[in-house]
Amino acid sequence: MRAVDLILSGDPEILSITALSLSISGLGTLLSCVWSIPISAGLALRNFRGKRITKSLFNALIGIPTVALGLFLYLLLSRSGPLGYFQLLYTPWAIMIGQSILVTPIVVSFSTSALESVDPDLRSLARTLGASDLQTYEVIIKEGIWGVTLAVIAAFNRAFAELGVAMMLGGNIRNVTRVLTTAIALETSRGDIALSVALTLILLAITMSLSVVVNLIRRSGP
Amino acid sequence: MLIVLVVGGVALGIYGYSISGAPSRARLIVSTTTSLYETGFLDELKSKLESRYPAMNVSFISQGTGLAIQTAMRGDADMILVHDPAREYQFLKGGYGVNRKIVAYNFFVIVGPPEDPAGIRGMSSVDALKQIRSAGLEGNVVWVSRGDDSGTHSKEKSLWKVGRFDSAQLRKEAWYLEAGSGMTATLKLANEKCGYTLTDIGTYLLNFNNHNIELVKLVESGKNLLNVYSVIAGNPKNPNMTKANFEGSMQLIRYIVSDEGQGLFENFGVSKYGESLFKPYINLVKSQSDPELIRWIQDSAFFGGSECPQEFRYQAADLYSTQGPTSILLTCLLTGIEGRKAPTWIQLLKE
Repeated sequence: MRAVDLILSGDPEILSITALSLSISGLGTLLSCVWSIPISAGLALRNFRGKRITKSLFNALIGIPTVALGLFLYLLLSRSGPLGYFQLLYTPWAIMIGQSILVTPIVVSFSTSALESVDPDLRSLARTLGASDLQTYEVIIKEGIWGVTLAVIAAFNRAFAELGVAMMLGGNIRNVTRVLTTAIALETSRGDIALSVALTLILLAITMSLSVVVNLIRRSGP
Repeated sequence: MLIVLVVGGVALGIYGYSISGAPSRARLIVSTTTSLYETGFLDELKSKLESRYPAMNVSFISQGTGLAIQTAMRGDADMILVHDPAREYQFLKGGYGVNRKIVAYNFFVIVGPPEDPAGIRGMSSVDALKQIRSAGLEGNVVWVSRGDDSGTHSKEKSLWKVGRFDSAQLRKEAWYLEAGSGMTATLKLANEKCGYTLTDIGTYLLNFNNHNIELVKLVESGKNLLNVYSVIAGNPKNPNMTKANFEGSMQLIRYIVSDEGQGLFENFGVSKYGESLFKPYINLVKSQSDPELIRWIQDSAFFGGSECPQEFRYQAADLYSTQGPTSILLTCLLTGIEGRKAPTWIQLLKE
């Protein structure tokens, strides 16, 4: 019951953790879109050698364990690691980068299949009407936008709810890199169950309402 | 799509600006032990320190002592705040740290179920462990070890060693469980299993008062159970630490040994638990109220007669001058100038 009180009373600690979580994972997902959507457009619309293998590679990477990626990036970003110069470890940027890589396979795989399902006639039509490569992509992406949106939301959900990358790269520093999942892990190990439950309720509420949105889109989308 | 990307870019910019802060504050990363963190002491230290030095921005990464030291050795932390003298010495000796200061102490306790099935209440720590093992072999009780290379885990291993057991062998026996996690998690595991465990007093009181656990203190105090916390700055000359914030580390060390910093230890937890969870060491030395305890601490956490031998100091002569010749003389008189103490005494005077 105290958990619900904590949420309703608008506890500043809970609010700031939630805001941080939303912004880090949100921006991480957007960052991933910068390269994932062009990749998936290429995969869906172009033919090249090794296309199938590339696609199945992205498919396989969807389930990459977050701790494995976390460890890999940790060694990379550590001050004594190859990218140590940038001093990114234990900053929100590190989590953002980690999560953007984590969700890349999700965005790529899901949007590729969304774009592939766009009517192939549309492509040839655009071409015959004299569209350039880029313009053709634009038309196809516009047509498959719902599928791509779905992919992005699913990716956000994965980033938002993961623990491994946030813990290993962020270090769970209060007000800096303490996000919902790491806070839940900490408060449980620290024994503040009410706070853990409150944070978990928020986490669940957000991920589940996003899933509902996804389903609505899926039903109403073209 | 474009709109989304533009909005995202703007948001990213605003966010970047807000987290880096307009005048960028020097960031200090301290890797530290779970006991200080879980009790909430470090949150208090952070807020007091930052209100005193507004230019500072301290981040605490809570790990077991073993991991905390490794993090600093890789250069990912600027300094450490830990409780494992043997490993601290390795850290200094390896050229990773300088300017060690002992800052606080308390005692470990052995806790167990209120019914105390092994019957260890009031025993000495080593006898208690022997008793737990024999009861464990009969299948009556279990022992829960941290098993995570933390300072508490080191202490546990050294206690078994004093009792002539090898914890590497013990872990093969069925009554010896390893939690592999922080102190609170270990206490809760012990509580679920009705087992015994070794814990720092701070984390124990926190969980006992929160009604997280029913375990009771069965063995407390005694030289073997002493728990000494120290701070060590990263060595700016170490190639891994060229980017470390040495000035910030020294600022934190100077604050924590100051009267105000020591007062934080003194007062933390008093209103809630009736006693301070971490007792200030420098105040203890200054007051000279308990020479025997001071000697215990020095026996267990000094290296070659000093909390930080000369060769491990760097631009910090003032840190070690508080212990003036008079107080050294007093310590020597109180502890008795024995043959084996004499070199220590001379060394201290030289410094």
